[in-house]
Order: sequence, then C-alpha cells, then structure tokens
Amino acid sequence: MNDSLDVKRTAKLYINGAFPRSESGRTFVVNDQNNKFLANVSKASRKDARDAVVAARSAFNKWSDASAYNRGQVIYRIAEILQGRSPQFIAELESAGVKKAAPHVLEAIDKIVWYAGFSDKISMVVGSANPVAGKFFNFSIPEPTGVVAVCVSNEPSLVNLVSQISAAIVSGNTVVVVVPENSSLIAVSLAEVLATSDVPAGVVNILTGDSAELAPWLASHLDVNAMDLSGISDKNLKTELEASAATNLKRILRTFPDGLSAIKTYVEIKTVWHPQGF
Amino acid sequence: MKSIGSTLTSQLADATTSESSLKNFLFGLSPVDQVGANARAAMLSTRSIKTTAKAAGIDLAISMIDLTTLEGMDTASKVRTLCAKGRHPDISDRTIPTVAAICVYGDMAKIAKEALAGSNVKVAAVATAFPSGRASLKVKILDTQEAVQNGADEIDMVIDRGAFLSGQYGKVFDEIQQIKIACGDAHLKVILETGELKTYDNVKRASWLSMLAGADFIKTSTGKVQPAATLPVTLVMLQTIRDFEKITNHKIGMKPAGGIRTTKDALKYLVLVKETLSDEWLTPDLFRLGASSLLNDLLMQRKKLQSGHYHSLDYVSMD
Repeated sequence: MNDSLDVKRTAKLYINGAFPRSESGRTFVVNDQNNKFLANVSKASRKDARDAVVAARSAFNKWSDASAYNRGQVIYRIAEILQGRSPQFIAELESAGVKKAAPHVLEAIDKIVWYAGFSDKISMVVGSANPVAGKFFNFSIPEPTGVVAVCVSNEPSLVNLVSQISAAIVSGNTVVVVVPENSSLIAVSLAEVLATSDVPAGVVNILTGDSAELAPWLASHLDVNAMDLSGISDKNLKTELEASAATNLKRILRTFPDGLSAIKTYVEIKTVWHPQGF
Repeated sequence: MKSIGSTLTSQLADATTSESSLKNFLFGLSPVDQVGANARAAMLSTRSIKTTAKAAGIDLAISMIDLTTLEGMDTASKVRTLCAKGRHPDISDRTIPTVAAICVYGDMAKIAKEALAGSNVKVAAVATAFPSGRASLKVKILDTQEAVQNGADEIDMVIDRGAFLSGQYGKVFDEIQQIKIACGDAHLKVILETGELKTYDNVKRASWLSMLAGADFIKTSTGKVQPAATLPVTLVMLQTIRDFEKITNHKIGMKPAGGIRTTKDALKYLVLVKETLSDEWLTPDLFRLGASSLLNDLLMQRKKLQSGHYHSLDYVSMD
C-alpha cells in the first residue's frame, strides 16, 4: 500500500523558460471524459500574452542567429525527451478522449524529427542563386519572419501541436502558443519537455486559456509578425483576427498545411546582389 | 574652505566654516532607516497608474528626460541624431513634448548646441573627468570651463568618491564650490555615484554636502557603475532635498540616472517625487530622468494608449 501523499500537479503557463501562474490569478478546471477532476490550469490574461511576446522577441536574435544545424539538433532533442515521456502523453491524450493515443504520440515524435531534419535544408530548397544580367552574384536567402503567434485547436492533438510549433521555430522564429482548455494539459506537459530539452528560454511560450480572449491582442500586436489561425473554429472571430492582423501585414495561416509550405509561410526572402570581379 | 553663509541660515552656515565643523554636521545627521527606506520605496512602487493619469505621466516623463549618450564611440552624427530625436521624439506626432536636455561629453556640447538651436532643449555636458573623477582640480576646472564655452547650459560633475570615502569632506566640498564658480551661469548637477557610496547614510551625507556647496541638482549615478539609480536611494536623496528646503527655502533638483528603461520605472519615480516632495517638483526644472532607451519605451506606451494595441520597436527610431 502506498501511504505517501498524492502530489497534485499545478498546470502553469510557460513564459521565457519559466512556469509562472497567470498574472490575473485565474484558473480553469480540466476534467477527463468521465467528468473526473484532472487539474486546475492557469488561465492566461492579456498581460501574460504581452509578457510572452516580450519574451519571444528578446529570444529571437539568439535563436535566429544560431546555425541551422544547431537549431536542428535542439529540435531533435525535443523528440528525444518527448519519447522518454511518451507514457505520460498517452495517458493524457486518452483521458482527453483521443483514440489510439499510442500511435498518435509516435507520429508526433516523427513529426518533430522530420522538422528537425529540415532545419539545414530550408535555404537550399527555398533559396536560390539567380542568374542576372550583370557582374553580380545574386542570392535569395530565406530569413525568419520574427515572432509567430500560434492558435491551437480545442480538439486535443499532440501531432498538430508539435507540428505547428516546429514549423515556426525550425527556421529561427520564436513563438507564442495559445492553447484552449481541452488541449491545455498536453500543452503544459509539452512545455515541461521543452524546458528540459535545450530549447533556449523564450523561443517557445505557451499560454493556456481562452483563444477568443487572447488571440485579438496578439493579432493587433505590432511586435507579432505572423499568425497561425488554424486552431480558431469560430468563423467571425477568425475574420476579425485576420482584419486586425493586417495592420502590420502579418503572415497568416488559415489552415495548417503541415510540411514545407508551413515552414515557407514563416520566412521572408532576402535577395543579395554581390559584385563580382572582372 | 570658504563659508557660503550669506545664502544659508546660520545653522547651516556654521557647518561650512571649517572641515571639522562640516564633518561634525554630516555625522550629526540622523541616520537613515535602511529597512524603512526600502519598504517605503517598495510600497510606493505598487501604485497602479492607468488611462488619463498614465497618459499625463508619460508626457511629463518625456519632458523630464535628459536624453543621454556617453560612449567612447560617440560621433558628431550620433549626437545630431540624438538631438533631432530630443526635439521631436516622434516625428509622426507633433503633440509630444520635447525632452528636457541632451546629455553628452563636453567636447560634443558644441555640436549639440548647434543641433538644438531654436528649441527649448538644453545641452547638458558631463565634466570633471567623468565618470571616475580621478584628475586634479585644475584639470576638472578646465574641463568644466571648456564645456561651458562649448555651449553647455548644464554641467553634470562627479564628486571625488575616493576623497569622500576616506573622510576628506572638505576636499569634496571645495571641489564642488570651485566647479560651481567655473560653471558661471550654467546649472550644476552633482553626481554622487551612489553605487560606490555603499550605505544610505553616505548617500544622505553626500547629498547634504553637495547642496551646501552649491549644487542646483543632485544626481544618483554616472550610469557606468552598478547599481545605478534605485528607488530607495532616490527616496533618501529626495528626503534630503525636502529637509534642505525646510531650512533654507531653497529648492534643489533631483536626477536619478542609469537603469531606468521602462515606462513603469519612470512612473514609479514620479510617484516617489510627488509623495516625498510635492507637485512643485514635478517639473523639468526640478526633476530629470537620465536615460536613453527609456524614451522609446515611453513612446511605445504612448502609442499603446492612443491606439489600444501593443507596439513594437520596429516603429520607433533606433538610437
């Protein structure tokens, strides 16, 4: 018989590599399929979103300056740690009602490895050396867009969660992820995976809470450069978000395409004219 | 030591008659309650300032900034750029007040003066072998005179911390007096470099000493030493200014400098001034904020209040 006390888990936000409670002090309750209590989860506020963007922005330079090879290694490391904790994810997905949770987690790990492998190949696939009339070397090089706000669906899916994050960070962007209630527990667990892999603080920030409350602040935020709206199911909200995202011409994903086209959404092409000799 | 009794009440005039009487006076001051000062500064910094009060605070803070560049790599064009920014902090909005002054090294004062011609923005120059203060009095006086000749309206001098810490209060006092004379019409700000004074009692003594010797402003730090300006140190200095005014009826200005980077910080300082002195000090004539990156944060917060959405450094000018 086990006499020790059950240590209840407090699911918190993940901002700048730390696990703060919401500034607002709010929480919401997550129950399993049978309405049994699972956890109290922090409910992020506007100010938490603001802090997360500041953290993402300050992490951007270092992360985007890291070599593509290095970023690939770091993202691969996420898969390593995630694999070691797969039983926890399987249990959490099952309690959230996901069927066939075990192959689902394996697929999520595969996705991370796929994106990690793409890290040092993006510039070859997306970039080019252009023939021009004149004595110039002419290159087009992809560069990360900046801070990406990712809205995750309320249907819990670890595969989507890790793919949406990886597609943004693989090219050197930093992200703020907004996770609604049903997906919140796996996101908090993923935050714990990220914190113990080598992802620098601030590269991924996770806010659990109400998308309808948080996403408008991120959409109108001038320091956010791109937004993945694929997780927003409310059509009116989505239209509003797109409209305010247009104020600073954010890159927008309406549906998440997965794979290379997702990566391409979050890069800007810089073309360099380099004078040749005679 | 020269007594400056004519401008002070007899009690204070006696304090400046000799080095020993100055020392007696400084050590006769009541000690600073360190825990109390920290607690009061912390308590006042929890005040929440929103909407219209925040907007007014932001504009007031902008008008109090001594926009500063004190780097070895300063160039004439960097100074001109800074002056342009000081005159029009945001070119898209002419309702923004100008900053109070541009703070540069003495040799750049001329360039700043030219760039600021026709505006109300003052030129402040650091002098007296800034930031260390390790030079002879002769050199310090020359340094000051040159800066004034170059057009500086305000001189930011450093005290000789080595002399102060080894108890040569008369030497520090004389230096400030001499520099005050060298300043002529220029305002004199005396930098205590509180990060090197170690105790609040020393800060209080150095504040008194500077004010007795003729400082128009007392200033916390050079910005080159950590810790620079902190709220409790500023509180101690403000309280000293209050005590000095009670006795002499003479208002001395205050300038915290170094490490003030966010709007939140700036507003905390304004609260401290309002609560310790009064609204009378909430003017650029008596309170300044020595800063450089603070201005951009104030501009971003100002735009946030106007537009309702968060701003980005991408839309303000880089220094």
